Amino acid sequence: MAESDTDAIKAVLAGETAQFEDLIQKYSPRVFATARRYARREVEVEDIVQEVWSKAFQKLGSFRGEAPFEHWLMRLAVRTCYDFLRGHKRNREHTFTELSDPERDWLDRFGRDPGRDTEDADAARALVERLMGMVSPKARLILTLLEIEERSVKEIAQLTGWSVSLVKVRAFRARAEMRKCLARISADAYL
Amino acid sequence: MDLDKLQAKLIQVARDQVISNHVPFAFEKRIMARLGSVRSMDLATFWARSLWRAAAVCLAVSVLLSLWSFTSTADSDAITLESTVLSMAEQLSDNW
Repeated sequence: MAESDTDAIKAVLAGETAQFEDLIQKYSPRVFATARRYARREVEVEDIVQEVWSKAFQKLGSFRGEAPFEHWLMRLAVRTCYDFLRGHKRNREHTFTELSDPERDWLDRFGRDPGRDTEDADAARALVERLMGMVSPKARLILTLLEIEERSVKEIAQLTGWSVSLVKVRAFRARAEMRKCLARISADAYL
Repeated sequence: MDLDKLQAKLIQVARDQVISNHVPFAFEKRIMARLGSVRSMDLATFWARSLWRAAAVCLAVSVLLSLWSFTSTADSDAITLESTVLSMAEQLSDNW
């Protein structure tokens, strides 16, 4: 672990809380990037990151130093993002909004010629966001870590606190769930 | 529509998307201010919890003593308690 991180953590635990600001400055970009994978609105992103740092401060005494501080922090960040997804899913109304015209056009072009490099990246990204919004929080977390960020099963187990076998089971279910949602999107495109 | 290809394409779009790591201006200052207020609240919470626990203990002692006074046989136990307390008080006043 970087000596500056060790020194900063020791100082914070000894009561020099101002040193915590150095850690926030150093690792906030990574935490923000992580949060932006799971929340669309910037106000939600900021809430998530604030929650991550609040938990990090409260739990700093439990940090053993066996792994880099960044790994410990990212575990906290992923779990906070998962909590956000679960809370957000409960509050959201479960309505499937109609596809926008750009999304329909993109799907139509893709359907006619899947091999062709389709234009309108915004429509494609909107479809990705729509798909991620349709799956359960567990599925979204697994799909983001496994498929989009291409992390290994072992890494995901460490980040989430789930066992390796549980990650595999959830990955299988998440892919099946995504498949169902894709079928629904595809069917909606032709209505 | 080939769902496998659609899935692969959308996953690739998600992978290619560049996620911003921008940190809002003075964000760390806001966090530090928030952590400061959380620490103050924790001290108040600690005191409140301690006082409530002390009140609970006092209440338990009162209830036990009340039960004991109700269930004790006739007045003998009450008289014993009274005489014990009074004799202690007399001893204290003698020592003065």
